Amino acid sequence: MLLIYCPYCQVERAETEFACRGEAHIARPADPSQTTDEEWVEFLYMRDNTKGIAAERWRHIHGCGRFFNAVRDTVSDNFLKFYKAGEPKPDLEALAKEAGK
Amino acid sequence: MSQPFRTEKGGRIDRAEQLTFTFDGEEMQGHKGDTLASALLANGVHLVGRSFKYHRPRGILTAGSEEPNALVGVYRNGDQTPNLRATQVELYRGLEAVSQNRFPSLGFDIGAVNDLLSPLFPAGFYYKTFMWPHAFWDRVYEPIIRSAAGLGKPPKNPDHDFYGNIYAHCDVLVVGSGPTGLAAALAAAETGAKVMLVDEQAEFGGSLLSEAGASIDGKDPAEFVAETIAKLAAMDNVTLLPRTTAFGYFAHNYISLAERVTEHLPTPDPKLPRERLWQVRAKEVVIAAGAIERPMVFPENDRPGILLADAGRTYLNRYGVKVGHKVLVATACDSAWQAAFDLADHGVDVAAIVDMRETPPESLMSIAEARGIRVEAGCVVTGTLGRKRVKGALLGRMMTSGQVASGGQIDCDALLMSGGWTPTVSLYSQSRGKVVWDADKGAYVPGRSVQKERSAGGAKGLYGLQATLEDGYAAGEEAAKTATGKSAKVTYVSASGGEAGSGGILGALPHDRNASRVKAFVDYQNDVTAKDVKLAVREGMQSIEHIKRYTTTGMATDQGRLSNMNALEIASGALQKPMTDVGLTTFRQPYTPTTFGLFAGISRGDFFDPVRKTPSHDWVVENGGVFEDVSQWKRAWYFPKSGEDMHAAVARECKTARESVGLFDASTLGKIEIVGPDAAEFLERMYTNPWKKLAPGRCRYGLLLNDAGFITDDGVIGRLAEDRFHVTTTTGGAPSVFATMEDYLQTEWPDLDVWITSTTEQFAVAAVQGPKAREVIAPFIEGLDLSADAFPHMSVKEATFCGVPCRLFRISFTGELGFEINVPRRHGKMMWETLAKEIEKHNGTVYGTETMHVLRAEKGYIIVGQDTDGTVTPQDAGMTWAIGKKKFDFVGKRGLARPDLVADGRKQLVGLLTKDPKVKLEEGAQITTAEQPATGTPAEGHVTSSYYSPALDRTIALAIVKNGHALEGKTLYVPMPTGSIPVEVTGTVFYDKEGARINV
Repeated sequence: MLLIYCPYCQVERAETEFACRGEAHIARPADPSQTTDEEWVEFLYMRDNTKGIAAERWRHIHGCGRFFNAVRDTVSDNFLKFYKAGEPKPDLEALAKEAGK
Repeated sequence: MSQPFRTEKGGRIDRAEQLTFTFDGEEMQGHKGDTLASALLANGVHLVGRSFKYHRPRGILTAGSEEPNALVGVYRNGDQTPNLRATQVELYRGLEAVSQNRFPSLGFDIGAVNDLLSPLFPAGFYYKTFMWPHAFWDRVYEPIIRSAAGLGKPPKNPDHDFYGNIYAHCDVLVVGSGPTGLAAALAAAETGAKVMLVDEQAEFGGSLLSEAGASIDGKDPAEFVAETIAKLAAMDNVTLLPRTTAFGYFAHNYISLAERVTEHLPTPDPKLPRERLWQVRAKEVVIAAGAIERPMVFPENDRPGILLADAGRTYLNRYGVKVGHKVLVATACDSAWQAAFDLADHGVDVAAIVDMRETPPESLMSIAEARGIRVEAGCVVTGTLGRKRVKGALLGRMMTSGQVASGGQIDCDALLMSGGWTPTVSLYSQSRGKVVWDADKGAYVPGRSVQKERSAGGAKGLYGLQATLEDGYAAGEEAAKTATGKSAKVTYVSASGGEAGSGGILGALPHDRNASRVKAFVDYQNDVTAKDVKLAVREGMQSIEHIKRYTTTGMATDQGRLSNMNALEIASGALQKPMTDVGLTTFRQPYTPTTFGLFAGISRGDFFDPVRKTPSHDWVVENGGVFEDVSQWKRAWYFPKSGEDMHAAVARECKTARESVGLFDASTLGKIEIVGPDAAEFLERMYTNPWKKLAPGRCRYGLLLNDAGFITDDGVIGRLAEDRFHVTTTTGGAPSVFATMEDYLQTEWPDLDVWITSTTEQFAVAAVQGPKAREVIAPFIEGLDLSADAFPHMSVKEATFCGVPCRLFRISFTGELGFEINVPRRHGKMMWETLAKEIEKHNGTVYGTETMHVLRAEKGYIIVGQDTDGTVTPQDAGMTWAIGKKKFDFVGKRGLARPDLVADGRKQLVGLLTKDPKVKLEEGAQITTAEQPATGTPAEGHVTSSYYSPALDRTIALAIVKNGHALEGKTLYVPMPTGSIPVEVTGTVFYDKEGARINV
């Protein structure tokens, strides 16, 4: 069971308090009517399903209820960074390097 | 004399306490401190089971949890627990054990004919045999395979024991309490770190308990164990858990422990759980799991009486049991010699030491000579004699050519063997670490740590008492320092004796026998022979993962701890590839078999899933209502009066509600409070409908889509004030709608000033529906003019009900005049009982979910999730009226414009009327255009709702049908096994099409 840090509560808690909500930093287009069908399909369905370092959305659903983002190595399950929703996407390569990968 | 194989003295058993037990009904004696295995051996019983496939007689092979053969059933309170390892079952007075996989008896087993037929059961037997015809898969082959599978019989009754669960955190978790583990725990504990020490055995000490001829700190090893444990037990920062298996190492240093609490007790305290699941988050882990001895793969190496050498030594030194009176020791390494010496010291006749090495170490030779033990160096066992007990062994002399020459025969009644040692890397492997081959040690050892753990001592291939103690101290200190930053002066103690030996052998041993006739077992429990592994390679298996699955080697309960290395070497030889290129299979959780009860814990019966009850629950029970489960809710389904069946009760409830009045508990509806300056804007973006112009005091039906454009939920939303909305959702959709709203609010529109709160549990809701609804509620409502003009359909106001604040909605899910009264949950029972009494005055009725469904279907009101399935758009459902077309955006708006969603040929919601009004369609039934469609014809759609309508006195149905809206008036068919049912496509509203009844 993963150990997850909530950047809002600033505590580590067991995975059972959280829900994973998939890939992070997929913004809903500000004016969807201006998107092409291909762009909209990309937004709706296309995900990287990364093997390795990936940014994901998590929600502290049985805690504060807040959404936040986390960078996880999907192979080792190690988390490299937790940050609040709205903060910019970190440099994943730099994080991977830092973690000694 | 009972216990003819018990030594005269020694061992850790309590000789003063004699315990009577039975095995297959035969009464025997043992002592406190025995395992079932040691007690059986003391009584001269080696034959304890029959093998899985060939039903060969099998005996106790090991003294630990890796035991593959001695699987027994143990009876307690009339129930049997199957497949327990006799080496782990602690003896208690009155223990009742039985052997398994034999019929009619252990001594005479009909299944043993399989052994003679063994040429018919090669590796991959199942794959090769149970292939054709296809029709046989389910009906013939599967039952045969199932009945032959497994060893023990599962218990018939529900488990009457209960199981506990504990969460724990510690700085350092030490797994294993041999010399390494004890030293590690002590070193870590002395720094003040919070330490947990766990061991799967009843007693701490591991190999130290069977050590003879060594000393630690000048003391007997067992004394060192006792002193160390006493010291640890006295420390507040230490938790000691014997009888506890660390069976799973998961991500982020999360380790699962299974503690056996009462299994070893003759009369367990009923207040204690049978087992306890510990879920431990450890900052650092020391894996001190030790190493286990490898069997030698020679022909007939599976006869009862053949044991691992170290097991023989453990039975002797720890349990005071001689494995035989005349014991042959076969080995390729030093450690087995010690077993021979210890046996000789207890007066056992050692038939010979047969060592494959041409020149065993001089030091050992001289000790053997001093004890008068015959040594056959450069020799190998090429076969054994006897059936239910080994009677002798065939010797082969190893020649420089690699051939083996016959070396005669030696009589014995037990044979101890040792192919060397294999480090126990299971937990390390579970932690996702990759083992590496250590050529010097001839073993796979832990590589780089992936998690916060370190293997120490035997678990990393380090042997010898002094070396393992030192490694343990160092590992404990380092783990504590990493976890807590603290260190302390640790008192190291030194040991003498127990030196590490050398030598070892892998794979099948050479012999001079007919290779096609002999069986040399690699995996005992699954009856896999060296021949099978070679055959798998011959038949094209290249990867060790394929060989494993084809032959089932390493797939028994020991997960290949005994067999993997030998199998790997044999495969490597057959593949003509170096062993390291063949690969090693991964060890997975659990380390040893773990009960389902442990995982289930208290989540059984009523505790499996929470039951949610509405305020009317007790009243419904008292008044004979029948419940149905709606997700976790218990909802009243219908209320039969005496003599009524469901059909009659529902018909009466429907009729009464339409003619007079009905009362329904709608408390399960999801409710969400949306508050804030941007509340209307938020709803505008979430729901398809327009909200900004909805006046306070008014309600509107809201339709919720996902961004793909499909309907996901619906419900009435009331505006209580400019900045406050009361949203209702479907019963099942409440949590997901709330989560979706939070998601959009937090991550897409954080600029909106809105708070959303789930209030499902805060309100009790009574729906009063029918022409007399106003009269029923009027006496109890204060502060509100209920007249049609002042409070028209789709209104909401705050008022009081019997003096209690309420939110009163004038809404209808029946097509009748209707009100839904929301009161604080604690007043729900009062409200229900008040209204239930009041409706009687008007000849009204209470009704349940079935009547609710019929009434709404008569009006064509959809149920999301029943009439929609996640692929239905508002257009498909005929609800384009719910879409605010002028809105800039809402969730799903863009999705609705996707080419597939506006294309022709979509399935659309329609009504269906059977030509015969008495015939009721089955929900889910397929719909076709042809009366007798050919096999393979795709369906045009399916029936989503189907009821008998009392108001129409005929059946009605809703369905989604391809191009359904254009088919109104057309005839389609619902083919059923009993014949094709013709139906007419209609609109979805069957009753009061102009909606006159609602506006009164």
